Amino acid sequence: MLKYLIEKEFKQIIRNKFLPKMIIVFPVIVLLVLPFAANFEIKNINLSILDNSHSTYSLRLINKVVSSGYFRTTNISDNYSDALKSVELDKSDIILEIPAGFEKEIINDKITKVMISANTVNGTKGGLGSAYLSGIIYDFSNEIKNKIAVTGKRPDLNFEIVTQYRHNPNLKYSNFMVPALMVMMLGIICGFLPALNIVNEKENGTIEQMNVTPVKKFQFILSKLIPYWVIGFIVLNNTFLIAWLVYDLTPAGSLLTIYTIASVFVLSYSGFGLVISNYAKTIQQAMFMMFFFQITFILISGLYTPINSMPQWAQFISQFSPLKYLIISMRSVYLKGSNLSQLLTPFISLIGFAVFFNTWAVISYRKKGN
Amino acid sequence: MQVIEAENLTKRFGKFTAVDSISFDVKEGEIFGFLGANGAGKTTAMRMLCGLIKPTSGQGIVAGYDIKKQSENVKANIGYMSQRFSIYEDLKVWENLRLFAGIYGIPNRKINDRIDELLKRLGFESEKDTLVKSLPLGWKQKLAFLVAIVHEPKVVFLDEPTGGVDPASRRQFWELIYEATDRGITVFVTTHYMEEAEYCNRVSIMVDGRIEAMDSPRNLKNKFEAESMDEVFHKLARKSTRTGD
Repeated sequence: MLKYLIEKEFKQIIRNKFLPKMIIVFPVIVLLVLPFAANFEIKNINLSILDNSHSTYSLRLINKVVSSGYFRTTNISDNYSDALKSVELDKSDIILEIPAGFEKEIINDKITKVMISANTVNGTKGGLGSAYLSGIIYDFSNEIKNKIAVTGKRPDLNFEIVTQYRHNPNLKYSNFMVPALMVMMLGIICGFLPALNIVNEKENGTIEQMNVTPVKKFQFILSKLIPYWVIGFIVLNNTFLIAWLVYDLTPAGSLLTIYTIASVFVLSYSGFGLVISNYAKTIQQAMFMMFFFQITFILISGLYTPINSMPQWAQFISQFSPLKYLIISMRSVYLKGSNLSQLLTPFISLIGFAVFFNTWAVISYRKKGN
Repeated sequence: MQVIEAENLTKRFGKFTAVDSISFDVKEGEIFGFLGANGAGKTTAMRMLCGLIKPTSGQGIVAGYDIKKQSENVKANIGYMSQRFSIYEDLKVWENLRLFAGIYGIPNRKINDRIDELLKRLGFESEKDTLVKSLPLGWKQKLAFLVAIVHEPKVVFLDEPTGGVDPASRRQFWELIYEATDRGITVFVTTHYMEEAEYCNRVSIMVDGRIEAMDSPRNLKNKFEAESMDEVFHKLARKSTRTGD
């Protein structure tokens, strides 16, 4: 019985003029565009410099800041209101103000202050920019401290912090984003399509002809699930190919690990889509519900923002996003080369989701109305 | 032998009683017409008998199974053709027949023969590979009928099967119905075309959720001193207090 139902689903999908193209084209576009567009690397921060000291030390600091490569000097002012104006005109993002007594204070008091004012309308740029700037100034103060210490009586204890970025040594943003975007596409395709499937049969009235047959509920749900499982594999393979061709990115670990975990993910996510489809009465309702959950699941999955930097309650919610577990696994396999035994927690969580959602989908499919 | 037995079958939606304690029997091989104005409760009664909705109260036995407790067994032994066209428009004619033949458990090796036989009966062999959506409505309805009887059910329920088509197509459709009864399939059909009522062995007329009259067309005409079923219907339907949908 199942054979005929699956046959029918595939015929319907393939005969649809639009869906097969979408399934191929969407991941390609997303993977080609988003790693560049959704790039959180901050460069070219526009800096307004207000140097009241005009001294050797202040010039050295400015040189150091500019040569860091993160900043672009767009304005050099004599007074704060001019500097502020350039921020208001959106010419500068950050003002670095060096006080008049800068050099004197360094030599005499060994302590001085500079002021960083950041435009945080774009919070990321302002925040990261002032963090970079503080880092450079901190570095600078260490240099001077050492220098004075050498010329002075006793050398200060000197710590050197060397940061080593492991697994993604060049901090290439695409290496981090591409595996996660693959998951996003898998989620969108294997979530939306089933969510629209059963409700489409409701709108066309064909579900009635099905409900009056002795078809078993789990067989009907399974016949809806299996085609999206196959489609999931196609999407996954396409994204592997793009990652390799465009970003020269191949998994450090084994593809088999990814296939194993992703196949369970697709089952869980398609099951979730089917649950929505069972409750919705119209395609519009299903679309609206799925869109809400899809966006929420993506935003709390850690795709764009690290889960660790979310507040506690948001971290708690993120556990309910199936996307989170595949994103973690995908990044680990791609960048660290993790194997299945190291990813048991996300794998088992996804199995849990798959069982939960599909059981729910079978129960919530009603062959008999009230 | 009775193929359908309904006893005080009732369906309420909130305070509204769509079907109000109806009782009737349908004998094997009969064509039983279920008549009534729009909103009289015909479709609701039929959906209860098919196991698509639960009765609020009352009993029903269809093809030997209880519609409340054994609705899946009922479904295996009946065919159903919905008022709204409900077979897959994006599948071809033979694909629809194959799908439902498969679901009803006809063995794979017999399916192709069965499809050919049904299409031949319909004079439809040339359209075997046509997508259903490109068929005219009259042909779609005939195909829906074939889908409903693909597994040779004991009884087939037809809900306004000829709505919206010309008299010639309607006549052809009734020829299919007669052919099905010749092979022992009982037919339960709702309609509001009164000339179709004349084709039935027995009819029941529903008004406001209740069965107001039930007999053969000839007896009903005698009883109501009417020339035609149309007149009988008008005499009864005048009692209605419900507005149609």
